[in-house]
Amino acid sequence: MSDALNIIQDPTLTYKQELLALARLGESTDDSLRYSDEYYEAKRKGALCDLNEGVMPYRPRYICPDYELLFSKGCEFLQLDPPRDLLEAVNALEIFYCHVPSITSFPVYLGDLDRLLEPFVIREDRAYAKKVLGLFLRNIDRVQTDSFVHADIGPEDSITGRLLLELTEEMQLAVPNITLRYDPEKTSDDFALACVKCMLKTAKPSFANHRMFVKEWGERYAIASCYNGLSIGGGGFTLPRLRLYECALEAKSPDDFIERELPRHIDLQLEYMDKRVRFIVEQSNFFKTNFLVTEGFVKQENFTGMFGVVGLAECCNFLLGIEDKKKGFGMNKEATELGIRIMEAIDKRVSEHEAPYCDAYVHRYRLHAQVGIDSDGMDDSPGTRIPIGVEPTMLEQLEVNEKFHPFFPTGTGDIFKFEETYIKTPEAILPIIKGSLSKGLRYFSGYLENNDVVRVTGYLVKKSEIEKLRAKKQSLNNVTVFGMGAQDGGHALDRRIQHHEESSC
Amino acid sequence: MKKAPVNKIIQFSNVDGPGNRTAIFFQGCTFNCMFCHNPETINMCRSCGICVKSCPAGALSTGADGKVSWDSVKCVQCDTCIKLCPHDASPRVTWMSVEEVMQQIKRCAPYIDGITCSGGECTLQAGFMTELFAEATKLGKTCLIDSNGSFDFERDPEVLKNSLGVMLDVKAADRAWSETLISDPGDMVRKNLVFLKGIGKLFEVRTIIFPGRDAENEFTVRYVAEKIGDSCPYKIIRYRPFGVRERYQKLLGEDETDIEYAERYAQLARNLGASKAYVV
Repeated sequence: MSDALNIIQDPTLTYKQELLALARLGESTDDSLRYSDEYYEAKRKGALCDLNEGVMPYRPRYICPDYELLFSKGCEFLQLDPPRDLLEAVNALEIFYCHVPSITSFPVYLGDLDRLLEPFVIREDRAYAKKVLGLFLRNIDRVQTDSFVHADIGPEDSITGRLLLELTEEMQLAVPNITLRYDPEKTSDDFALACVKCMLKTAKPSFANHRMFVKEWGERYAIASCYNGLSIGGGGFTLPRLRLYECALEAKSPDDFIERELPRHIDLQLEYMDKRVRFIVEQSNFFKTNFLVTEGFVKQENFTGMFGVVGLAECCNFLLGIEDKKKGFGMNKEATELGIRIMEAIDKRVSEHEAPYCDAYVHRYRLHAQVGIDSDGMDDSPGTRIPIGVEPTMLEQLEVNEKFHPFFPTGTGDIFKFEETYIKTPEAILPIIKGSLSKGLRYFSGYLENNDVVRVTGYLVKKSEIEKLRAKKQSLNNVTVFGMGAQDGGHALDRRIQHHEESSC
Repeated sequence: MKKAPVNKIIQFSNVDGPGNRTAIFFQGCTFNCMFCHNPETINMCRSCGICVKSCPAGALSTGADGKVSWDSVKCVQCDTCIKLCPHDASPRVTWMSVEEVMQQIKRCAPYIDGITCSGGECTLQAGFMTELFAEATKLGKTCLIDSNGSFDFERDPEVLKNSLGVMLDVKAADRAWSETLISDPGDMVRKNLVFLKGIGKLFEVRTIIFPGRDAENEFTVRYVAEKIGDSCPYKIIRYRPFGVRERYQKLLGEDETDIEYAERYAQLARNLGASKAYVV
């Protein structure tokens, strides 16, 4: 039976999911983009992974359009004038979103929704504005059916921000993912607390360290897809990843790894990225003809390549011969310090590499702690996270995270699962978030243990939708299937719960 | 150097006062409450050694001085020792100096609103707490006392100086019922209720409601509500048999207090002017 036949006979795929799967299959028939034999060998061994990005990139992986430009100048190609009221504004966005490509073919960045819509919202009465925004969110959930679709709010409080939180709580949708850009001076405690309450009930928003991102990207940055920092009016060309555990398998010692095996694999991944970036810019149509480029919604110089890593914990444990992961990375000072040495080595080598294009970042790629995919199983934990099931106390987990998060301008994050009593005490969570962000945490996500909408590794799924797939029924959301895989293979929903009887003594 | 017996320190707690707090639980209590959920915190270890040979992790040993000692690294927290202890004590106690406790608090400091001392009965360590609160206050952290009210705060108010106040348990207002329930007539508790309210250091009051004890429940709730008015929150707590020693479960019942029953007393308290009464 052919792969194509498998796709069209899979009862769990919606029509659109079949179409995307067939497109991916078609793309895979081409071999014009070739890499070195060493690259293919490392890929075969699982040390390098291209995240199934496809052999012929015909668009950058992540695109973050400048929606302010849409609102100030309109869009000629889509025949949209600058909106004059709230209805026109959300309608323009809904149309525009359908024309923003990405690796998933869904828009991974929906804009800073509160900032974009506030001027229109304040001219309407609250009930009407809420009605319109509710329909807007429903449109996004049913049309952009992919949990990597992401909207940003904050750092300031706003009527739009409040309405979006209220609606998110009431509607319990998996799409879009939402991030609050948190700045201790710009974000009021009251607004942040409203976000914590919403997070406990819907697993979103997450909290991004606004100051850290601004320092790296300037004010005009987006949080897209899972938790990816990128430029507004730009994006990410490509995101391959080193699977650090597999990279380490042939190393004789930690030093041998850092001096020999690690640089070898870094260089292979850089080779892959360089070729791919050149192909996207020079060969494919996107940067030549797409209206997003020709009308200035994105600029090629604002894109960068995202250098991904996963499995740092397992890599360190392996190199130090630690078999019991309860005594390994995250809980063991030696393993955690080795992790820092490895990240410093990766950071140094990648930042010494002159990347093609990436003009806005002095021709450099930027590091990304990749969140894992369902097929990783238990071999490679997401990015630099402590493996699921052996997490120490929340304080200790945060302290480890704070050491690693600064390495990753294009994104990293950790997720904390809270037990039921926290629904009554959201004010007990806010100081944890504020403290950790002030100490160098980049991105904080949380959810309540018994919610339907839960955060798997970086994206949101509904547990009830996973059950649909298990019953061989279709799920509208493309990502539900990843959630099922991560739950089965990586036990991703079994992370440690923050209880109140934690002891350090 | 002053040292105090610490049963445990919880780094992040959302149930020991407002916000996120580090909670310090001291060993030793002045009462013996029937419904106690942590009876192993009541008495100090007598080094009888019964727990030593039963420890599956080999974390307990009897030293040359005859004292039982505990190895926190080997310990797997299986609770075998505290279940076996015939004296309502625990071998898992660390004698810590103010500096040592402060080291742990400093680590938590960026993430917490404050600290709460609890127990056992923390006021057995009033001098230690006074010093601890002075240090924690220097870090900008608020300090709360979780107390059974057996300590004479009026005679010895120093510990209140750097504290937001006391979260006070008023378990029984009637002397005889109090004697039965907590092995103390409770005169000092009632004196503290009035004294602490008078000086603005009554942070909250808690009363446990027992199933079927209509008269006792009502008497206590009335007493507290009339005394505190709307000056502080009044938490009406449902009795839960989980963790209560078996012999007392037989006396108090094996059912937990149902929520509607508890609500009746919260409503009664509110009717009497304790407007901040609610069931937790």
